[in-house]
Amino acid sequence: MTSGKSNEPGTRRIAIDPVTRVEGHGKITLLLDRDNHIQEARLHITEFRGFEKFIQGRPYWDVPFFVQRLCGICPVSHQLAAAKAVDQLAGVDRLTPTAEKLRRLLHFGQVLQSHALHFFHLSSPDFLFGFGGDPLRRNIVGVLEKYPEIAMQGIKLRKFGQQIIEAITGKRVHGTGTIPGGMNKPLSTDWRDALLTEMRDILQWSEQAVELNARIHATHAEHADFATMPTNYLSLVDKKGELELYHGGLRARYPDGGLIFDQFDYSGYQRILREEVRAWSYLKFPYLLQLGETQGWYRVGPLARVNNCDSITTPRAEAARKQFKAINADNLVHDTLGYHWTRMIEMLHCAESIQILLNDPDITGADLVAEKGDRRHEGIGVIEAPRGTLFHHYQVDDDGIVTRANLIVSTTSNNQAMNESLRIVANRYLDGQEITEALLNHLEVAVRAYDPCLSCATHALGKMPLQVELVDAAGVLIHRLVKNSDGRLSGQDGYLHNG
Amino acid sequence: MTETTGTIFIDGKAVGFMQGQTIMDAALSAQVYIPHLCHYPGLTPSGNCRLCVVEADGRRAAACTTAAKAGQQISNNTAELNAARKVITQMLFVEGNHICPSCEKSGNCKLQAMGYHLGMLEEHYPQFNPRRVLDASHPDILLDRGRCILCGLCVRASHEVDKKNVFAIAGRGADAYLIVNTVSGKLGDSNLDVTDLAANICPVGAIMFKERGYVTPIGERIYDRQHISDVAMHEHVTEQKGDKKR
Ligand code: SF4
Ligand code: NI
Repeated sequence: MTSGKSNEPGTRRIAIDPVTRVEGHGKITLLLDRDNHIQEARLHITEFRGFEKFIQGRPYWDVPFFVQRLCGICPVSHQLAAAKAVDQLAGVDRLTPTAEKLRRLLHFGQVLQSHALHFFHLSSPDFLFGFGGDPLRRNIVGVLEKYPEIAMQGIKLRKFGQQIIEAITGKRVHGTGTIPGGMNKPLSTDWRDALLTEMRDILQWSEQAVELNARIHATHAEHADFATMPTNYLSLVDKKGELELYHGGLRARYPDGGLIFDQFDYSGYQRILREEVRAWSYLKFPYLLQLGETQGWYRVGPLARVNNCDSITTPRAEAARKQFKAINADNLVHDTLGYHWTRMIEMLHCAESIQILLNDPDITGADLVAEKGDRRHEGIGVIEAPRGTLFHHYQVDDDGIVTRANLIVSTTSNNQAMNESLRIVANRYLDGQEITEALLNHLEVAVRAYDPCLSCATHALGKMPLQVELVDAAGVLIHRLVKNSDGRLSGQDGYLHNG
Repeated sequence: MTETTGTIFIDGKAVGFMQGQTIMDAALSAQVYIPHLCHYPGLTPSGNCRLCVVEADGRRAAACTTAAKAGQQISNNTAELNAARKVITQMLFVEGNHICPSCEKSGNCKLQAMGYHLGMLEEHYPQFNPRRVLDASHPDILLDRGRCILCGLCVRASHEVDKKNVFAIAGRGADAYLIVNTVSGKLGDSNLDVTDLAANICPVGAIMFKERGYVTPIGERIYDRQHISDVAMHEHVTEQKGDKKR
């Protein structure tokens, strides 16, 4: 809630923040039917509860920084999505080339660092030590000991992304940057040159991370059907249907690859998306209106984006995409663990894109703010955040005060998919009426593939404390297993305190 | 510096003063910093923030309202007084909605700078989370009462310098709040202008220009570059030269 670190001058802060982020406790409930099959799995996430209410009544130009506090890991994504909406509210449709490129660079830096953190720090231990590996070693420290080179690359990749964020926003976390219609400072040539010197390594390590994923896939046949499920996919694509993380039209595909819609202008998102509320969850369940509540759920994020796009603009990532799609003969890949591989393909794309942007003379330009036009009452900003499509929608009154806010965060879009993945994995690994450690581990691996924003709170710890409950058809709790953040297990009475 | 009429001793340092000067003004003229939030050079002191409380001849007194007296022994920069100041600052933080990471004033805010100056690392007390009316009716100026610390600077600036009387503080104690002297109570119906001192003097993010956002990048904001005591000296000197606007 509070930190008052005083590091370098200009970066210190007093952070007093009454919006309490969720404690990093994941809770999964497994509901049995009469035949003791798992009929439903429920992942409970308390994130984003009522956050929109906090935004109501705030001036619109504050919003990008207000929403940054949603998350300690992807604040930049929230800032950028909100900033796009704020531009519209300020009557700006087109940024200056420098401002647009700075925002893209910032976004690539953010996605790169987020993807690096997720794969190397959180997920690589599962793959390098096995899903059932010793929990006390199955963490980044274990990777550092056994595979120091891989761990160091992960740490440096993340740092590179953070440096880009710092260069543009003035801080690694919760900096500034965007203003209505532009950016608040240029990128210095010193920063650009410093970042460019690291490019060779960054590209090479990103490529190696893709290779590592290809190798893991080739050597672990069992991964191919771990929570694999044909689903719909949603993401932005650029005008030519290529991978696009910052700005584009919405595309959705059926599991067979057929288009549900394409190049849909995201400002009309309410015409294609609905959110269903379920009593047991704070997180809503979005679905594609056209397909209805039961059929309309979809996946977002790296797997969705790489499946959805026709190609990738940068050559190395495009080669990696082709290699990935080849595992299912160029059809859509439905492997849930494919999220990790595609995450690394995107990281490579970010690295290549960063190199292009840093070499673009516009990037150090000084023309940062576009002329403001007539104020508008509605703004909608959509971006492909590390975890998937992120929607920010604001309405403001004549005085510039937000009267209504609607956010659909990536994790919300993956809500149904995460529950389905859990159900599949639980059915496969449930043995009798007891939650075993192996089951819990496999459930955790399934959730982690999506990199849910639940991890915002748990990234810092490196491990997600998890509680799994088994409930029979009559609604009676049969068994419970809790894994604490240090990897230790506790049983029936090992209740974790909540928040 | 003009002739002094006497000498006081602040933490042992001899400080000359002129007849009628307050301890605060004498100190600032001699480059001695006494922490303060509600004092602004040239405006009538009000003594309401209590941060400038010093010990003058063994008795606690607000430096901004107490006249300097020859031979006075004053304790200012002591651990005990600074601890008390820190508590006051913490109270100011929790009584209002001071959320630095999402406040545009961050880096330019005296309350935040005071927190750093006094080594405040956490708010310590539970948040009040008050709900106070935000007034966005003025086309160029936003009044966010949630961040108002009731220092009264805007009230005095408007009255004494701008000659407009736009603001007033109503109520007492915990119920006190800033009001706008218009029939509707709305800032939009007042004649407050962006060039008025009252529109520029707020030490926190309660009176702000609209639609700017974080225009000043991190690293270039006032307190990124200067310590709060340097800013205070600068304000003091500027006022002596007769220029009241920052
Ligand atoms: S609005 Fe600002 S200047 Fe006016 S009383 Fe409140 S804190 Fe002081
Ligand atoms: Ni997040």
